[in-house]
Amino acid sequence: MSKLRVEDLERISRRVRKMTLLREGAGRAKITVHMGTCGIAAGARAIMNALMEEIEKRNIEDVLLASSGCAGLCSEEPMATVEVQGQTPVKYVNLTPEKAVHILEQHVQGGKAVAEYALGQGSERLS
Amino acid sequence: MTEPVNGNYRLNLMLCAGTACVSMKSFAVKKRLEEELLKHGLEKEVLVALTGCNGFCAVGPVMTVMPDGVFYHSLTEEAIPRLVEEHFLKGRPVEDLMFKPPAEESPVPLLSDIGFFANQTLVALRNRGLIDPENIDEYIGRDGYGALAKALTGMTPEEVVETIKASGLRGRGGGGFPTGLKWDFCRKTPGDTKYVICNADEGDPGAYMDRSIVEADPHSVLEGMAIGAFAIGASQGYVYIRAEYPLARKRLQIAIDQAREYGLLGDDIFDTGFSFDVAIKQGAGAFVCGEETSLIASIEGRPPEPRQRPPFPAQSGVWGKPTNINNVETWATVAPIINRGADWFAAMGTEKSKGTKVFSLVGKIKNTGLIEVLMGTPLRKIIFDIGGGIPNGRAFKAVQTGGPSGGCLPASLLDLPVDYEHLTEAGSIMGSGGMIVMDEDTCMVDVAKYFVEFTNDESCGKCSSCRDGSTALLEILNRICSGEGREEDLDLLAELCEVIKDASMCGLGQTLPNPVLTTLRYFREEYEAHIRDRKCPGKVCKPLIRYYIDPEKCIGCTTCARICPTKAITGERNKAHSIDQAKCIKCGACVEACDGIGVSAVMIE
Repeated sequence: MSKLRVEDLERISRRVRKMTLLREGAGRAKITVHMGTCGIAAGARAIMNALMEEIEKRNIEDVLLASSGCAGLCSEEPMATVEVQGQTPVKYVNLTPEKAVHILEQHVQGGKAVAEYALGQGSERLS
Repeated sequence: MTEPVNGNYRLNLMLCAGTACVSMKSFAVKKRLEEELLKHGLEKEVLVALTGCNGFCAVGPVMTVMPDGVFYHSLTEEAIPRLVEEHFLKGRPVEDLMFKPPAEESPVPLLSDIGFFANQTLVALRNRGLIDPENIDEYIGRDGYGALAKALTGMTPEEVVETIKASGLRGRGGGGFPTGLKWDFCRKTPGDTKYVICNADEGDPGAYMDRSIVEADPHSVLEGMAIGAFAIGASQGYVYIRAEYPLARKRLQIAIDQAREYGLLGDDIFDTGFSFDVAIKQGAGAFVCGEETSLIASIEGRPPEPRQRPPFPAQSGVWGKPTNINNVETWATVAPIINRGADWFAAMGTEKSKGTKVFSLVGKIKNTGLIEVLMGTPLRKIIFDIGGGIPNGRAFKAVQTGGPSGGCLPASLLDLPVDYEHLTEAGSIMGSGGMIVMDEDTCMVDVAKYFVEFTNDESCGKCSSCRDGSTALLEILNRICSGEGREEDLDLLAELCEVIKDASMCGLGQTLPNPVLTTLRYFREEYEAHIRDRKCPGKVCKPLIRYYIDPEKCIGCTTCARICPTKAITGERNKAHSIDQAKCIKCGACVEACDGIGVSAVMIE
């Protein structure tokens, strides 16, 4: 990669939005596992592995699996955020690999949020 | 329901005998119901009546219990014994056999209706949970490095400094010194070689704001540093990060590598002639390294000891060169200010404390976590609306802000707006943003002792006021906690605290008395109870408490006797037990065991 010019920022920004944002056509759904130290200590790696395995096993190709940092509510880790195109994102808390697979099936594939594992829906308020 | 309810019975079970339900064995269910009712002698009270189809064939056999209207579905013969015993004998409707219409399913609440999220405003944490911290493109996708481009191509260094000054941003590491002013000093100091440093030596017990920012959004720190370096005229930066933060360090290194690859660090950034690079300096985790002159010494490879200021680091810092040090959160806040302007930032917060502040909310609090709120948010809102209050039905006692350099604030100050001025006035400090919540089971003398133990251990030893002063404080506190406190100890503590504050050179010594001073100020009666009554109101200090078994409550189950590690508990089965005080080591295992089985006969006084 050669050195960026200012106008390259916009180009990269457009490209990465297309690749990561559902509304810009990145995929049908996105699962973000929150992998800060708190999440990892609470078992986020096992959640990530379970989801990776299951997505492969089920041959799911339109779902993005991403990792990110701490979502803030450390006492309820492991946490994940699930977005399905056209719906508000849902944050799930206190996950286990079994719960994650259930969410994959019912929410990501079936389009219906798993209310009993969910903390809330929507996005955090930025300033 | 086609059949009328028979008023001679307490309950009428309206069991569907429509074709669909019959095919799902509703007759067998009826037979089983009648058998079980007979078994419990309920045949005169409960009538099983057959009804026609009620239309809900999909979940048959269905049954409505009248008059209370409980609706059961998908009944099987196997479920009947439990249903009869639970509902018709004991009066407890069986939830899992009841039908819940989909519309009544609890919907997923909105984050904006959940206190924890609704009351936060994110600036430094703007990208948390949204981007992959190991992918620079995702940071760029959220306006990342746009502020650097704006500063380098559209602003002079003076304009950058003025913008930061006008925003009112103050150091988030604890001191609260105006960031723009600090940059200006360093910029105006003559010299060709200057340095910027990110202080990521976060060491307060219970604080992890900086770690979390670096882990979740490392580029936000790098971009802030690059903008600062441009403003000051530095070409080299260091991030001083402790070895205990391996994930943060790894992600930061990945971020540095990626930024170099894109030319966002390195020579001639954006072809503007400005060059800047960043290196990681790993600290060994000494608390004093958070103090800027010690940190500089550590970077240079010398033992971390503070030195006298002036000269300030802005005049003579790393290797004698002008150096500007800000902490992680401060650096992470720079880019949004450049992007959105000083007015946007200055519109948030209070008169003298602008913007937002990140806190780690820990201790006896329901929602442990990392939060960012507007400056001036009252403690009550942080602890109860965001933190969800105190768990296990306990009462709030105190909140410790600012770590070992901070103080403990009582319930009477819950409406205190959290900003630099108000916290200082109350005897505490903002610090880097640790917030430890304590409940009624906390001993405030023990808390003061804990923090002094910490600072005593972490004192570098250079100033005797800090080194020996903290040791003397600790001796007195230990004496009070073990029931040997003297009446004059309280005045002695206060006097010693003032001396340590006055005579110590760096922030560590100057602030280490704060936990003692604030607990003396707000919780004096607890010290007095320890000294005068030889009692620990929080029931924490072992020499001042005694465990005993309430003979009225004890059921003689022997659980505590079996679990006691010193065999201090004796008693016959089914009779009240007792504790031999000579053998008891006050470990609390019996309390836990007794509470665990729901008896709670072991008491503490």
